This record gives sequence, C-alpha cells and structure tokens, in this order.
Amino acid sequence: MKPLKVRSMFDVQALRQDFPILSRQVHGKPLVYLDNAATTQKPQAVIEALVHFYQHHNANIHRAIHTLGEEATAAYEETRAKVAQFINAPRPETIVFTRNATEALNLVAYAWGRHNLGPGDEILLTEMEHHSNLVPWQRLAQEVGAVVRYIGVTDEGTLALDGLDEIIGEKTKLVGVTHVSNALGTINPVREIVAAAHRKGALVVVDGAQSVPHMPVDVQALDCDFLAFSGHKMLGPTGVGVLYGRYELLEAMEPFLTGGEMIRRVRLDGATWNDVPWKFEAGTPNIADVIAFGAALDYLSALGMENVRAHEEALTAYTLRRLRQLEDIIVYGPKDASQRGGVISFNYPDIHPHDVGTILDREGLAIRAGHHCAQPLMRRLGVTGTVRASFYIYNTPEEADALIEGVEKVRAFFGDASR
Amino acid sequence: MPLDRDVELDELYREIILDHYRSPRNRGSLAQPTVTGEGDNPLCGDEVELGLEIRDGQIVDVRFQGTGCSISQASASMMTAAIKGLSLEEAEALFEAFKDVMYGADEVDAEALGDLEALQGVRKFPVRVKCATLAWNTLEEALEAYRKGQG
Ligand SMILES: Cc1ncc(COP(=O)(O)O)c(C=O)c1O
Repeated sequence: MKPLKVRSMFDVQALRQDFPILSRQVHGKPLVYLDNAATTQKPQAVIEALVHFYQHHNANIHRAIHTLGEEATAAYEETRAKVAQFINAPRPETIVFTRNATEALNLVAYAWGRHNLGPGDEILLTEMEHHSNLVPWQRLAQEVGAVVRYIGVTDEGTLALDGLDEIIGEKTKLVGVTHVSNALGTINPVREIVAAAHRKGALVVVDGAQSVPHMPVDVQALDCDFLAFSGHKMLGPTGVGVLYGRYELLEAMEPFLTGGEMIRRVRLDGATWNDVPWKFEAGTPNIADVIAFGAALDYLSALGMENVRAHEEALTAYTLRRLRQLEDIIVYGPKDASQRGGVISFNYPDIHPHDVGTILDREGLAIRAGHHCAQPLMRRLGVTGTVRASFYIYNTPEEADALIEGVEKVRAFFGDASR
Repeated sequence: MPLDRDVELDELYREIILDHYRSPRNRGSLAQPTVTGEGDNPLCGDEVELGLEIRDGQIVDVRFQGTGCSISQASASMMTAAIKGLSLEEAEALFEAFKDVMYGADEVDAEALGDLEALQGVRKFPVRVKCATLAWNTLEEALEAYRKGQG
C-alpha cells in the first residue's frame, strides 16, 4: 500500500510534542491512542493551567472580597465567555457549567422536562442515542406520564428521516438527538431536524459530546434550544461539562440542584433564585478544571475547528479505505468520511470485540470494545458490541497503519479455524 | 504473517482454550433440567445459560448456551466438562480451587484443576477475569437455587 497523503492543516508531529502522554510506551510498544471518543489526552498547556491555578490563584469564587477570590472568579467567568464564543452562543449567560455532558442532559430533563411535560406528551429521541440522552428521558416519561418515541436507524447507519414532518407529531414537545453518533460516527442533519421540530412547536436538545470537540458548531446556525457536551472529550480536564440553553428558556426554568451560590435571598420560609446561569450552578463548582478547560479552548481555537475537522476527515477516509481492503472486516456506519466524524466501528464476524481489544492492547493500541453506551443501537445492528477506533488532532496516518497491522495480527492469532 | 510471539498473550489464549471456544463441549440445552441458571456481564455483553440435571446429589448432565468473548465461552465449555459427574460438594470444591487460580492464590491445586489450569493466563489480564468466572458464578447461583428448592 502506497504511504498515504493526508495533508493536514497543522503540523501534527510538532503538535504531538505538546502531549506528554503520547511519548509513553504500553507493553513495550509506542502508545497509539485511539479511544478519543471516550476521552482525549491533555496538552501541557492544560495541565499547566490546572497547576498554575492552584499555585497562584486558588480561592472560592463569587463570594470572596479578597484578591485571590476576585482573580479566581474572573478566570472562571472568562472560560464561560470562551465557551460562548467557541459555539457562537449569543451571550455568556447561556452557558451553564456541569460535571459532564450526562449531567447537562439530566439538568434539562429535570429542570425543564419535569415542569413542561405531562401525560400524553411525546419525547422523540433516536435509536442511536448514547444512554445519557436516553435514560433521563425514559425516566422522566415514566414520572410524568409522557411517551418516548424513536427515530429509527437505517442499514447504512443514518437516521431514518423520511417523512420527518409526520414523525414529529402534534404532541411532540421535545426532540433529543445526538449531533454525531459516538458508536457509528454518523453526522446527523441537526439543522433540518431543528427546523422541522420548531415548525411543530417542539424544542430540541442536541447531544454535542462528539461534535463540539471535532468540528465547528454554531448554536445560532443550528438554532437548537439546548446543547450538551463534555470538556474532557476536547483536551480539557475531567469534571467539566457544558449546557448551552436559549436564554429565555433558562430564565423560565426552575433550578436543578439547590443550595449555595444558586440563590438570591433565603428566608426561613423560602428562597429566591440567582440569575441565569448561576441559578444552575449550586455549591462550589469545579473551579480549577473549568479554568484549565479555558486553556483547552484556546488550544483548539488556535488550531481552528475547520482544520481539526479536515484533519480527522482525511484520517478517517484513509483508515476506512484500508479497513475495507481487509478480507472479512465489517465496518459500520456511513461509507463516506464526509458524512461521519472520526469514529470507526468494526468487527470480525467470528471474533469477539473484547478479544480484538486485548490483542490490540498488547500492540500499544488503545481502542474501545463493547456497546459504547448505546445498547439499543447495538441491538439494531444485531451485535452485542463493536471494536471502535476514534481519532483526534494528534493521530497520524502511521497510527492508522498500526491499527490495520494490529487488526491483521488478530486474524493471524485466531486463525481461520474459528470460522 | 509471521508473529513475534507474545508470551503472556499465548498464555491467555492457550491452545486448549481456543479449542474449547471453537468446538464447545456440552453446548445446547437439556430437555428436562433439574435447575437452570442465567448469567451476564452487562459491561461486555457476555451471556451464559446453564442447565443441570442433578440426581442423588450428583451432576449427571449439564449443558450451556451463550454468546460472548472466547474466554467466557471457553471457560463455560471447560467448566461443563469438568463438573459433569461430580457430586455437588466436589463441584463446589472445584469452584473454590478455580477462584484461587483467578484471584492469584499462592498455591493452586493443579491436579484437582485438570484442564481448568489452562485458564491461569487470564490472571495477567485483570479486565478479563470476569469473563472467565461468568460461567462459574452462574453455576453457583443455579446450585443455590437448587438447594433452596430442596429446602
Ligand atoms: C454521544 C455522547 N453523549 C454523551 C456522552 C456522555 O459524556 P460524559 O460521560 O462525559 O457525561 C458521551 C460520552 O461517552 C457521548 O459519546
């Protein structure tokens, strides 16, 4: 096979030097980290931002009148403004910090769903949702007597959107859709779905956990009502999630958790709420990690999200091409790299994903094997799990080649006799 | 393609394990089981269903069905081969010996274990231990249910 030409918009080899972990070895082989859909590695700038905060500015925010407190508050709120800019949100107040995308989605289910959905109302989800955009809604539906319906998945791994205007019914109050599938990589036409939902007066919550880290996302262009994502999947530390919500919606919503920070006035007979978004940030937030997440956003912004997308698309196209040349590999999801994120799910028909995962790990290849928190989708595909490789900015064509070699070794190891 | 041998990997996937995976023993179901058991590893999606025929305190027949990785299915096959014909007490004792292997006891009774000893290599792969123990935990639950039924 001819060595490939993946032209990147940035110097990947130079960029790799920013990630200390990428120089380590696993089982005596160079680490090839292809589990980026689960979490990404962190550049030195993010690690340093975290340490710097604790060494120089550590204090609680919003309630201190001393200098450290002011500095910490300013840095924390500066990240909020950076997030708003990153997804083109109209104002920083539309950004709520949570622990992760899961908590952001639960926040919408509790604080919006519980007060706006009732018996007979419909929640329309898709069969390819991550459990985090599935289970909160199922549970809420049970609580309030609402009904959950699903948009199906085609054999190609795309959403079955024919007749979308009929699928979204008069009773549909909320549509929940993942922007990019974490299991198949499919990029869903969120803008069209939002437009169709709005025509019926339904709101749309978008799971952006696999889109915001990998491509330009503009909430005003998408016109979505809510968007959730996780900082740790985009170079940031763990423990920081984001909920974007339309300002009027957030303002009208009841709080999620209650306690300190989120109140305006407390009397013995009741309390009034703080302004948006602090109303949703009860207690001391994850100050240090939010601030370090700001450094992650700076890093990605400097690269340019168009360039990040172009890099991943080229790498995905190359890997898909090479995988398809292997004799009996089944690759799931859309054929065309332009219709998918940097996520590739595949299987050998006769070898369990965990056996593949164990052998690849011995080669230093970190991939994921299993159901990827999308069991309904796995059932739809007729499998219990898949092997998943997922890329990020630091992955190279040579690493894609290592994956292919590893996969060939798996076949050699298990031999044809197991067929 | 030539392989540079990885000793630990070869130990994990010993030939006898792959053999049980490719040609499972006692696969299927019993027409009239005395007791059945079902087990799964929700994280991996491994599943094992067991059917046992017990007469006079002895496991006279056993079958299993299931889906999952090579380790979970080979372990189930090896277990059925090992416990067929044993008394319930002997099966329990074997389970204890097997747990010693999985959880790294200093001394293992290789003689009592027979072929099961081949699963020792799993120890080096902590995430796979639960694959190897799935069938045994399912057996334990089935025997528990049997004893309760006997009351
Ligand atoms: C599509 C999608 N949604 C939601 C999540 C949940 O993210 P977190 O675990 O950070 O809450 C993930 C992460 O696995 C994901 O891939």
